[in-house]
Amino acid sequence: MKIIVCVKQVPDTAATMSVEGGEISWGDASLIINPWDEYALEAALVLQAEHGGEVIALGMGKEEETEAIKHALAMGADEAVQISDPQFAGADAVAVAKILAAAIEKIGSADLVLMGQESVDSQSGILTSQVGRALGWPIYPLVSAFSEFDPDGGSFQVRRAMEEGKQIVNGKLPAVISVTKDYGEPRYPSFMGIRKASRATYPTWGADDLGIDPPTSVVSWPEVQEPLEREVVTEIIEGETPQEKAEKLAEKLIEEKVL
Amino acid sequence: MNKKTLTYIDHFHGNVQPASWEALGLGAKYAGEGGCAALVIGEGVQELAAQAFQHGADQVFLADHPELKDFRFEPFADLISKVAREYEADVLLFPTTTRCRSLAGMAAVDLETGVLVDVTDLETSNGDFIATRPIYAGKLLAKVTCDAKPQIITTRPRAFSTPEPDPGRSGEIIEVSVDLDPEQIPTTVVDYATREGGVSLTEAGVIVSGGRGTSNSADLEPPGDLDEEEAEIWKAHQGFELIQELADVLGAAVGASRAAVDADYIPYEHQVGQTGKVVSPDLYIACGISGAIQHLAGMRTSKTIVAINKDPDAPIFNLARFGVVGDLYDILPPLIENLKQKLDK
Repeated sequence: MKIIVCVKQVPDTAATMSVEGGEISWGDASLIINPWDEYALEAALVLQAEHGGEVIALGMGKEEETEAIKHALAMGADEAVQISDPQFAGADAVAVAKILAAAIEKIGSADLVLMGQESVDSQSGILTSQVGRALGWPIYPLVSAFSEFDPDGGSFQVRRAMEEGKQIVNGKLPAVISVTKDYGEPRYPSFMGIRKASRATYPTWGADDLGIDPPTSVVSWPEVQEPLEREVVTEIIEGETPQEKAEKLAEKLIEEKVL
Repeated sequence: MNKKTLTYIDHFHGNVQPASWEALGLGAKYAGEGGCAALVIGEGVQELAAQAFQHGADQVFLADHPELKDFRFEPFADLISKVAREYEADVLLFPTTTRCRSLAGMAAVDLETGVLVDVTDLETSNGDFIATRPIYAGKLLAKVTCDAKPQIITTRPRAFSTPEPDPGRSGEIIEVSVDLDPEQIPTTVVDYATREGGVSLTEAGVIVSGGRGTSNSADLEPPGDLDEEEAEIWKAHQGFELIQELADVLGAAVGASRAAVDADYIPYEHQVGQTGKVVSPDLYIACGISGAIQHLAGMRTSKTIVAINKDPDAPIFNLARFGVVGDLYDILPPLIENLKQKLDK
């Protein structure tokens, strides 16, 4: 069985974001694997432990943006591929999906593509659906649990989230699945894993390697802004006892027509 | 604006996600003489067509078929793309719900266009849309445009107003022919584990949230047979019971900080923040939440924020309109009683 996990490098979620000269800046915050992708990797490694096969991390970004695939290798992925080509700069979500689909086809004979539910930077949460559509494979977004996984029969069951609760469905391989946080805690990379990752070599593929023309992008971001500072005058509710504070707060909420 | 707009009405077994009407309101606003159409897919969902007319649709495309009783991505996306193509929609609108994010993504691939995702504001310039959408959990705002047709837009719940339903309003139903081979659908629905009642976080007008502070009661005495970690979770559950009680009085949803979720105090579906849900209620009451930057990012656009925290230096107070320095275990019981009386519940 072959599982491909798509991973992305992003700024640490604790970063203070700003816009400097029209460019997005995260100051000196560290760069990390997109936290959502760790759940996808964990699910891939658990499925691999149960059913054998290999796990391949697939990253995309500038050539030096390798935090995500290094973390994936350190967690236990067997191999990695980085997609990088200056011609892909400014690719929109559909274009990225087409590029990833081309790479997934080049890797070949994958049973499953896993990814995080979204990236913490652009937060579109639509890539799973678009990669699935570009490949012509069914999609199963927001999965928290797998069962009855049968790679030989090409079938599985998953629990997936919706506003109203969970939907339990049987699906067919090959498929594109996004994994949510309630799948379970991702493992920490082991010391050996980190050493292995630091020595690992992996191919970097551009448009020529993938045999595609850079896909057209129609969505663009002409401007990024910092949100206006909230002007809040904080009123601390004083009182001798908790009862008094609680009563005053209840009065305030009703007076100010908040309730 | 004279666009041909098509709005997809998202529902679960006939219960419409209210943000669908907010999206349809935009569909009507920009349609002008171009025509405001809605698309309803399901089984036995004619009633939803009537609701769509009341909320502003002139035409409803209705795909009603036994095979469409349960939501599944592939057949639903196929129908959406087919109708959008045949109707020659200029704009295809969805509410940003779990189902519609992916449906919009699939339609964009099918129709060779793009999606403006989770939009909170929409302007027009020379007949084109310029959408605003929060990125990095709202730490930044991006202006986005789509240079292809149809322009696909998903609207963030509660960012746009709900059109006032007009019970006298009706329109034209256009039946969509549904030709489905069940064998060709890769997915079969086995079962559901749905919540009884409850308010979804993204749609909630009021949210009461708990953090690490829920386990910080000095007075509570956990049962003696629990180890340290179990005792902490047991305490937190008592705290979240108080939070639930306050939420019930206010008709509110219950939220949580990542710290509370990671410590297993409450399931992940309640998490608010950068790696949870981004919410924007009228009132957000944070109990025992210090206010890590990732949490603030997920709730900072709430209209009024109330913070209850023991630590007067907690960063959450900087965003709060009202702050109470105190233990949630001391403040919540009298607050619940007071609000019950004042709201006559």
